[in-house]
Amino acid sequence: MINKIKRSIAEAVADLHDGAAIMISGFGDAGSPHELIQAVIDHGATDLTIISNNAGSGETGIAALLKANRIRKVICTYPRMAASHHFEARYRAGDVELELVPQGNLAARIQAAGSGLGAVYTPTGYGTLLAEGKETREIDGRNYVLEYPIHADFALIKAQAGDRWGNLVYRKAARNFGPIMAMAARTTIVQVAELRELGELDPETIVTPGIFVNRLVQVTPRSAAAAAA
Amino acid sequence: MERMSREAMAARVARDIPEGAYVNLGIGLPTRIANYLPQDKDVFLQSENGILGMGPAPDDDDIDWDLINAGKQPVTLLSGGSFFHHGDSFTMMRGGHIDICVLGAFQVSVCGDLANWHTGAPDAIPAVGGAMDLAIGAKQVFVMMDLLTKTGESKLVPACTYPLTGLACVSRVYSDLAIFDLGPDGARVIEMVDGMTLDTLRELTGVPLESALLPA
Repeated sequence: MINKIKRSIAEAVADLHDGAAIMISGFGDAGSPHELIQAVIDHGATDLTIISNNAGSGETGIAALLKANRIRKVICTYPRMAASHHFEARYRAGDVELELVPQGNLAARIQAAGSGLGAVYTPTGYGTLLAEGKETREIDGRNYVLEYPIHADFALIKAQAGDRWGNLVYRKAARNFGPIMAMAARTTIVQVAELRELGELDPETIVTPGIFVNRLVQVTPRSAAAAAA
Repeated sequence: MERMSREAMAARVARDIPEGAYVNLGIGLPTRIANYLPQDKDVFLQSENGILGMGPAPDDDDIDWDLINAGKQPVTLLSGGSFFHHGDSFTMMRGGHIDICVLGAFQVSVCGDLANWHTGAPDAIPAVGGAMDLAIGAKQVFVMMDLLTKTGESKLVPACTYPLTGLACVSRVYSDLAIFDLGPDGARVIEMVDGMTLDTLRELTGVPLESALLPA
């Protein structure tokens, strides 16, 4: 019997390693797997490359990883937010390298990795600073920039509900990068609010099929509060 | 001559958004346009973080932090609205499925180049978000901005000096003093506030301006 559900969040992230590239779902706080990120801090892995939309704000999530100085490089679209002081401090101190990527190119490069594509030609960014030094090509009269896939060792994702095969559904706009990051990482680890029996999730509405998920762990609001305590 | 208020500008842009349009409103000033879209007409607002059919801000009691807009403010979902992941969202935005996007700008050139993501200052932390995708991906890109900076420099320019967001992508600028259509042949004035003249606009902006004003 295949059961991808882990009993503890520490067990779910036990094989993280120094130097790992980690995708982290979320757009701001919506869909950000704060408890899994806390588990990365507790694990101790360092020298990490983080691929995410933002670079954390406040004191939790990616901001806490930055505060703990575990991140070597951030690949993101929008590191400047209200209360992104931990990113700003690390960036200005030279502790963190930033690769800024237009948001659609970030999505496309993540999807290219998950889809097994060698690269994509995208019109986004053509003629701008963010395409400097990159290969370009005119196709049917339009200009494109060659962008390479972004692969990751791990994806940390927040979903609403999942079953032991790893099928997932999400909640509202917290879905954002979750489904495409699940496809692009070698090992995808998911925190869900609810566990369901096989067959309880409607097959017509499953968003991420279990093939893209390696491990799940339940993080209920109560255990989240306990983890923070 | 009186400048248009921000609210008046938002209402003016809203008048040009037809029923049935799929629309993305940029962070900041353009977000206000939503308040002036007619309630009795279906206009579909898209948000880059995976929402189509986005509704107005909720009451405080109904705030749900899994339901936010691109500016990370709480919003609602209209009946018939839907959620989707970032791949699908940017397929909408980059793939020519959005009819109109409205963005803010630091500078727009008379041929429609847009600069709105980075001042280029060496100590600035750059952030781009979805601006570059929208700039080149929407069928029509409108800019909503004050025509002049606080120090009186024109934001409509012969060529952008700030780093570009996209080339030849803006088709129309709604400003507090006039509305301009832009294209390969340059800028044409289509509306002005009461008391404004073409000559004064030319003087303020320092760029060549043709008239496409409707006869009074």
